[in-house]
Amino acid sequence: MKIRFEHLTKIFPNMNKKLPDVVAVNDFDFEIPDGKLIGLLGPSGCGKSTALNIICGLERPTKGRIYFDDDDVTDLPPENRGVGMVFQNYALYPHLTVKENIMFPLRNIKRSERPSEEEMEERVLEAARLVQIEQLMERKPSQMSGGQQQRVAIARALVKGPPVLLLDEPLSNLDARLRLQTREELKRIQTETGITTVFVTHDQEEAMSISDLIVVMKEGAVHQIGHPQDVYDDPRDLFVAKFLGTPPINVFTGEIRNGGLMIGDEEVLRVSGDVRDQKVYIGIRPEGFELSDTGAFTVDMIRVEVMGRDTSVVSRHDAMTGVSIRSIIPSDSGIDRNAKKVRFDLKPHKVDLFDIETEERITCGLMRREG
Amino acid sequence: MISGNKAKGWLYLLPALLFLGAFMVYPLIDVLIYSFEEGYNSASQTFFGVGTYNYSYVLRDPYFLAALKNTIILVIITVPLSTGFALLISLALNSVRKLKNLFQTVYFLPYVTNTLAVGLVFMILFKKTAYTEGMVNLLINWFGGSSVDFIDGPYWAKMFVLCFYTIWIVLPFKILILTSALASVNEDLYKAAKIDGASGFTIFRKITLPMISPMIFYLVITGFIGAFKAYSDSVALFGTDLNAAGMNTIVGYIYDMLYGNSGGFPSYASAAALILFVIVLTITCINLMISRKNVHY
Amino acid sequence: MDFEKIEKRARRKKLLKNIFVYTFLAVWALMVLFPFYWMLLTSIKSYSSYNSEYVPKFYAEQPTFDNYKDAFTTVPLARYFSNTIIFTLITTALMLIVAVLAAFAFSRLQFKGRDLVFTGFLALMMIPNELVIITNFQTITNMDLRNTFTGLILPSVTSVFYIYLLKENFEQIPDELYKAAKVDGTSDFMYLIKVMLPISRPTIVTITILKIIECWNSYVWPRLITDDQLYFLVSNGIQEIRENGFGRENIPAMMAAVVVISIPLIILFLIFHKKIMEGVSRGGTKG
Repeated sequence: MKIRFEHLTKIFPNMNKKLPDVVAVNDFDFEIPDGKLIGLLGPSGCGKSTALNIICGLERPTKGRIYFDDDDVTDLPPENRGVGMVFQNYALYPHLTVKENIMFPLRNIKRSERPSEEEMEERVLEAARLVQIEQLMERKPSQMSGGQQQRVAIARALVKGPPVLLLDEPLSNLDARLRLQTREELKRIQTETGITTVFVTHDQEEAMSISDLIVVMKEGAVHQIGHPQDVYDDPRDLFVAKFLGTPPINVFTGEIRNGGLMIGDEEVLRVSGDVRDQKVYIGIRPEGFELSDTGAFTVDMIRVEVMGRDTSVVSRHDAMTGVSIRSIIPSDSGIDRNAKKVRFDLKPHKVDLFDIETEERITCGLMRREG
Repeated sequence: MISGNKAKGWLYLLPALLFLGAFMVYPLIDVLIYSFEEGYNSASQTFFGVGTYNYSYVLRDPYFLAALKNTIILVIITVPLSTGFALLISLALNSVRKLKNLFQTVYFLPYVTNTLAVGLVFMILFKKTAYTEGMVNLLINWFGGSSVDFIDGPYWAKMFVLCFYTIWIVLPFKILILTSALASVNEDLYKAAKIDGASGFTIFRKITLPMISPMIFYLVITGFIGAFKAYSDSVALFGTDLNAAGMNTIVGYIYDMLYGNSGGFPSYASAAALILFVIVLTITCINLMISRKNVHY
Repeated sequence: MDFEKIEKRARRKKLLKNIFVYTFLAVWALMVLFPFYWMLLTSIKSYSSYNSEYVPKFYAEQPTFDNYKDAFTTVPLARYFSNTIIFTLITTALMLIVAVLAAFAFSRLQFKGRDLVFTGFLALMMIPNELVIITNFQTITNMDLRNTFTGLILPSVTSVFYIYLLKENFEQIPDELYKAAKVDGTSDFMYLIKVMLPISRPTIVTITILKIIECWNSYVWPRLITDDQLYFLVSNGIQEIRENGFGRENIPAMMAAVVVISIPLIILFLIFHKKIMEGVSRGGTKG
């Protein structure tokens, strides 16, 4: 089932009348396609959980409509929407066993529509098998690890066969190793069931790795929607560029002058297309640097960090906006660890320019200098 | 943790040990001894022999049996009613936002008032005298009933007032405990249940009730203990001569045996106190057994 | 589906529910407050007008404060009052000293047998007052302490529950603080006074208030141990007034006395209601 938002807005009036109201969701106007895994991504407090609560019906929007396929569900209470939801702390019923927890949504179906007792048992078992907890059915939530609890929560959300599955920070309560494993697991379950799945996270790596589509949010507003790789490669603005990628993108202040891209006095790339001369932010991905004796971009080296497969060069430059520059180069590049200066060539497709006022991306062509 | 010298620790504990030893531990042993000393005389502090006569005397004393009956009726009526009513009020309180704190504070007021003092007000509200029918009878008359003297009248009327006042007095504590139990239920559970399609009543029955069941059982247990020890409520309503009013309680019987016009029999009082203790202990154990079966988590 | 209709119905349902809930809450609030209103009202009605109202009025036609004068002159209400204040203050102070020292020993001092003694303390929490009061009565009588403050106060001091509450609180204070104080050259006792007490102030205030309420309302022990009016506390005073004072039927004067007796606790409650309710919900029970 696809989900469509039409100018959806949620405003929380501030208790303190002197402070402005909080706009948690600002004019959502897009469509979530059927059968995909969607990551709602943004820093904490950006309104992504509110968006989730509006989809499941726990919150009502201040303005706008929300559609499941072609049905307007804006005013439908959560119990009638039939969505499945996994809460951040799982919200398992502590007094019920795993089996009873998973059975709970089925028991709430109206008697006339409720499946037979055997069929319910079968469906519970099926859901349990999907998340691989069928051997824990008689345990209470308190007797299980965090990862197991989460599987139960997912099974409970899936047992009704919901058209939409929502997950609020599904991995945040798990330790690092389990997080990686569960990530794969989520992807597998989603692919197996084909349910339109929306999950909320503040961890860009998590969102990038498994989503079919990511929605990057900041302060209630959607900044960009797209396939993770596309969003990474072509960020719409500086915020998106900075938010995605580890290590983060390196940002410099620079200038377009006479068709050349200048950082300090060095022309690092050529600019083509219809762009006027102006000051710009230059974002360079860590993997966008190439070690070169004749490189156009010179930085002061601080140290070299060996990471095995790659080598990370930490350096500084007067035009940088962060604390340091991080560039990732292959470990066999043969860098002189004691050099004071390092020279780089830049890969044009790893460099983005942003307007200094609006911080939006400037569309133009970039290429290497000739010679 | 401080690992100072040993004497210091005991020194700090000394006052507490002295007070508890003199006024709790020693009396505890002593009351057992008293209860088996037959024919103890307070004045001469002598006794004839040792045996279970005190117990059999108390158990055959019509005053004790009347007190036992009164207490049991009081317990059976007030414990379920007050717990149920407190739950209703707490649920109502928990479902509103505006004025919640004000209501909560008002409801707690009876807890801090002097039982004797307010009991006197209740007596006046319920009493029928030559000058006036009393407030409550006025209400009954409005609804077309005929007046009853609740204080010096028929037994059921007196029992009604006693139960009513007891409930009024114990409700604040129960409301407070249940309201905070309800407030501490994780909000996400309700949300999850809503999404799982549970109706309001189902949420109450399957989520709220089990989640607060430990507190409900705690209240039932303390309610039983408290109601079995009822005394000052009865004094407040019917005066100190409870035997004459026919409204004595077990604790009242104990004190009457000890002191006052009918007093001077600490042995009987001790036997009665121990009987009460055994009753309360038994009921508490039964309660605990039931709760272990039903409070699952 | 017609969502507007659903929405409207939901809103109407919510309104109805709210009306119902608030009415219910208001009715019970009235039930709680009515006795207080009635005692205030009756206390300002004159004796003659009270007795002439066969159907009691909900207001006073000619409010008078004579009853309050009577309450203080015909019966020794002031005496009951000052007795109760003395009793309450000394008992509470002694309880605090005993409880603080014991809680400190249990929570911060290490000595052999400590845990055993503490278990014993916990067991004592389950002993009903009725069991020990008989012997205490005999003890105090034999020591010729009837009708004395000593006899009233001594058995009322102990409070295992408060020791327990305070110990729990003391244990939450991090050990590092003690080590730091030791390094700074503080003795154990000074550490208790200068560091632990200030940090535990909220709990100490709570148990103080709870004990004050308990003392102010105590009835059974004072009744057993005093028969001389000079040593009556307010609860006994009320009972005495009811049975012998004011010529039995002077109900307005009785109500004036009841008001006077109730006021201190109500004021205390109005100031500290948050602390009191918090303290009680942490496990206190009445009596």
